[in-house]
Amino acid sequence: MAETLIEVRDLFKGFEGRTVLDGINLTVERGSVFAIMGGSGCGKTTLLRHLIGVIRPDSGEILVGGKDIVLFDENQMDGYRKRFGMLFQMGALLNSLSVHDNIALPLREHTELDEKIIGVMVKMKLELVGLRDFEHLKPAQLSGGMQKRVALARALALDPEIVFYDEPTSGLDPVVTGVIGQLILDLSKRMGITSVVVTHDIGSALKISDKMVVLFRGRVVAEGTPEEIQRSSDPVVQQFIHGSPDGPIPLRQSSRDYLEDLLDM
Amino acid sequence: MSSVSNSRIVLFLRHITSISYFFHETMKWTLVKPFEGKPLRFRAAIVQMEEVGVKSIPIVALVSFVIGIILVLQTAYQLEKFGAITFAASLAAVALTREMAPLLTAIVLAGRVSAAFTAELGTMLVTEEIMALEVMAISPIAYLVVPRFIAMIIMLPCLTVIADAIGILGGYFVGTLAIGIRSALYIQNTIDALVMKDILSGLVKSAVFAVIIAMVGCYRAFVVKGGAEGVGKSTMISVVTSLISIILADCLFTAIFYLFL
Repeated sequence: MAETLIEVRDLFKGFEGRTVLDGINLTVERGSVFAIMGGSGCGKTTLLRHLIGVIRPDSGEILVGGKDIVLFDENQMDGYRKRFGMLFQMGALLNSLSVHDNIALPLREHTELDEKIIGVMVKMKLELVGLRDFEHLKPAQLSGGMQKRVALARALALDPEIVFYDEPTSGLDPVVTGVIGQLILDLSKRMGITSVVVTHDIGSALKISDKMVVLFRGRVVAEGTPEEIQRSSDPVVQQFIHGSPDGPIPLRQSSRDYLEDLLDM
Repeated sequence: MSSVSNSRIVLFLRHITSISYFFHETMKWTLVKPFEGKPLRFRAAIVQMEEVGVKSIPIVALVSFVIGIILVLQTAYQLEKFGAITFAASLAAVALTREMAPLLTAIVLAGRVSAAFTAELGTMLVTEEIMALEVMAISPIAYLVVPRFIAMIIMLPCLTVIADAIGILGGYFVGTLAIGIRSALYIQNTIDALVMKDILSGLVKSAVFAVIIAMVGCYRAFVVKGGAEGVGKSTMISVVTSLISIILADCLFTAIFYLFL
């Protein structure tokens, strides 16, 4: 049976008295595609930032390959970060560097490879995302979808074990959404890369993931394969899947009574 | 509770603590890490040296030339009463090298460079580029801040030397052509008045100003909150903070030099 690669245990995090993560537990198997779903403000981005080690939790453990990354010092964290790639929501390519230099950056920083070999590797990564002809352009000259694919090529530069995706399909047209989804699947099936996808795009999540969790108010409300999630009777999950305006997920975020608020004016 | 934790003094102290930590990290990556196998990025530093140094030469030259003229005119006006008009040359030379050239060069660069640092790095923070670097196990301090810091600390004293020379030249022109001091006398007076200590104390000050400009400019970028508005606001604070800190540091160092040297 597949081994567990990432395990989150009882993760709590609050900002300025507001609880954002309220006891998260989840496990990700090696080589699988794992989707973290939820509406805006449910804590999924915060959870992702814990997994990449840029936020420390108030309490809880994040085990990756059996080691708790919460306890890592600077050097251990750098070592961990070289083992994963991350695709940011807006790509986060360095605007001052060309596409080539962006992808070459992690290779130049962390390997002793010759410039020629780096050149070959950059071409291979770009071919993987289908953008080999765009090597010498600056990120600003590319469309949003292309920037994301270049960013994916950069995330893959060091042949990572894990790739984290922050909203990989947001703001993209349906075709590019499909292309990115297919890329994530290919990477996982052909190269054995573990993918953790944070998204609110229910369609592609159901299509590509092996397992998914639905977050609501900082808690995991449902967990399972896409089929199990679709069959779930949890009202939050049902509302989320069908995108219906009525249900437990509130449209309004204010805690005060509307009438009271108006009368106070 | 909130009134205490948000009071200006607490906020000020919090910034002081963070900027000290920021400075400490920068020094670690500049002085310690290169000996632990993490080499300095000289190429990036050279790019920045061109950006902050070479490209500032025209404006620094213009400002110091005009300041040289103003200094000689103002002192001549006073010295005329004592019949000591030729000493305008000495006074301008000493005032320029000890005070005006380092201060005004730093003020020009505070506007030009701290603003550029904060706006550029602040935008990178907003677009998650800085987090991307961090997640690629590339220290943003080493990659972005240290080259800028090195560039400033090398280029500001260089620019100050240029400002010294051009300021004196400006004074020479107005002193000889407009006020009518003989050229040879003007040069002789300038050379007699200047001692090495004047120029060196000016350069020490300019190195301190360089640290202030680089640190404030970069630090303000890392504390940007929100989007474009946040970058704009932080850039403004960055320039104002640099200016005030430069003038305060100038006062402090001038006092120290006056008392102990």
